[in-house]
Amino acid sequence: MLIPVLLGMTIITFSIVHLIPGNPAQVILGEAATAEAIADLEESMGLNEPYWVQYGIYFMDLLQGDLGTSLRSKAEISSEIWPHLAATIELTIFAMIFAIVIGVNAGIISAWKQNSWFDFLAMIIALVGVSMPVFWLALMEQWIFAQELGWLPAYGRQDSRDPIAAITQFYVLDSLIHLDFERAFTILKHLVLPAIALGTIPMAIIARMTRSSMLEVMKSDYIRTIRAKGGSQFLVIYKHALKNAIIPILTVIGLQTGVLLGGAILTETIFSWPGIGRYVYEAISFRDYPVIQSGILVIAFIFVMVNLIVDIMYKIIDPRIKY
Amino acid sequence: MGTSKIKKHAEQQANPMNLEEIELEEQEAISPWKDTFKRLRKNRFAIIGFTIILFFILLGLLAPVLSSYTYEEQNLANRLHPPSEEYWLGADHIGRDIFTRIAYGARVSLQVGFFAVTGALVFGTLLGILAGYFGRWIDMLISRIFDILLAFPSILLAIAIVAILGPSLENALIAIAIVNIPIFGRLVRSKVISLREEEYIMAAKAQGMKSGRILFHHILPNSIAPIIVQATLSFGTAILEAAALGFLGLGVQPPTPEWGQMLADSRDFIQLAPWTLFAPGISIMLVVLGFNLIGDGLRDALDPKMKH
Repeated sequence: MLIPVLLGMTIITFSIVHLIPGNPAQVILGEAATAEAIADLEESMGLNEPYWVQYGIYFMDLLQGDLGTSLRSKAEISSEIWPHLAATIELTIFAMIFAIVIGVNAGIISAWKQNSWFDFLAMIIALVGVSMPVFWLALMEQWIFAQELGWLPAYGRQDSRDPIAAITQFYVLDSLIHLDFERAFTILKHLVLPAIALGTIPMAIIARMTRSSMLEVMKSDYIRTIRAKGGSQFLVIYKHALKNAIIPILTVIGLQTGVLLGGAILTETIFSWPGIGRYVYEAISFRDYPVIQSGILVIAFIFVMVNLIVDIMYKIIDPRIKY
Repeated sequence: MGTSKIKKHAEQQANPMNLEEIELEEQEAISPWKDTFKRLRKNRFAIIGFTIILFFILLGLLAPVLSSYTYEEQNLANRLHPPSEEYWLGADHIGRDIFTRIAYGARVSLQVGFFAVTGALVFGTLLGILAGYFGRWIDMLISRIFDILLAFPSILLAIAIVAILGPSLENALIAIAIVNIPIFGRLVRSKVISLREEEYIMAAKAQGMKSGRILFHHILPNSIAPIIVQATLSFGTAILEAAALGFLGLGVQPPTPEWGQMLADSRDFIQLAPWTLFAPGISIMLVVLGFNLIGDGLRDALDPKMKH
């Protein structure tokens, strides 16, 4: 299952350049380009070869970790992409933590206190959260918490006057390695707004899923038995019910990672977050097709891998599931 | 239909006290659609959803009547004018009336939603039917293509498609339709596979009915309910995706007003004139919310399990 999907993904990203209407080299270089420059670019991108040869070269390069060369910076994409990727992964992790912690707990409490005012309020918020454009939420956050209240920074990953000596490119981790807790705090403060903006839609979806999944489980006989035996409410919910309600929740979490990675393009643009989303977005305006290709491929690859991990986790959590 | 009815009667007999259910069952015998509509009408959230969408449809249709401005009329003396009697929702950075642009923008958003969902629905349904009914290598091929398309985060795939085709309303529409095809395709495929084994399909086959007739007269009408629910929910997603593309400058090109693009234009004036950001954002949210409410309501109304 996985291999055909990965192969298909490379075919799609490969096609990005070749589906450009007209002569790709001409489009990349613009109207004013000389015939010589076009011929040079065709040569360097291998556009003169037959398609299958081009794809073969592209695929072999990918296998060796070669993601091509950026037309704009002339640098190897594979080395240029890591800091961007790390920035996005860090942001995604914090957004997901926010989404899971708030979403799962809100869903549980809603199911526990079904039809209470909390349930009603939480589900209204979830419904609005699902319908909210992530970029608008981001702008409103920026306006309220950065501009008006001045509590949190509106742009970037860190204080730009005092950049970190990055080791892993995960800045929170890096500052902890340096034992620089003050810096870690600053970096965390930069993470709050984008992580909340990015995590809100997944949070809402996770909350709704958790609620319905929990409601189903809470009706089952074994829960009634534990209750009859006098198990405390907390124990019943967090230990017994959640365990059986977790599978659909986990599926949603896996799928929402894709929403997060896609939403990163918008969030990163607004918060000037130097992640892979912004890297790809800037490449679009410069018609830097190798970067667009590789950026999209890398993001899709991560998405597929996250869902693979989710599949594996099913089996660990529920041994009845077999493949 | 036969077996499910017998089942329902058995359920009723097990629970004879539930008069309301029996009443509903009788109405369903007349027309399942009427029954659905009746239950939908009782759903307060769905009604709110319908009202919101109706409001925006009217706003879009009546835009020229409601406003004395045109959407491209600039008045630099009144740039970033706060909401007032003259400018109901304020004026933007080049002095255009925001209310007028929101009203005309409703046309764009609803059109994009409609055409993108219709495109995805038609192609998705056709591919899903082919895969589900004929099985074997056709199913293999189509299902793998769906898997691959779904492996890309949808907005990213849409961005890639627009990056290839060039930014414009039509291309944004095509991109959104393409990313939504596998969603419909998978849904229809699974429905067709479960229906294929039903007795009445076997009977139709035994009578010598042709595949095309079975597909379009028996299988498709019986898979319509989940398709309608999905189409409604996708309408909201499509509008959200179109707004995202517009925000990134990859959708509708100026001067045509589009909500996402209006937000992008006003971004730089967030400190000076935050009201320029309110109306477009709230409009997108309300329309998407409206479709989500209708979709949820339809799902509940069409789901036989929800009857009691």
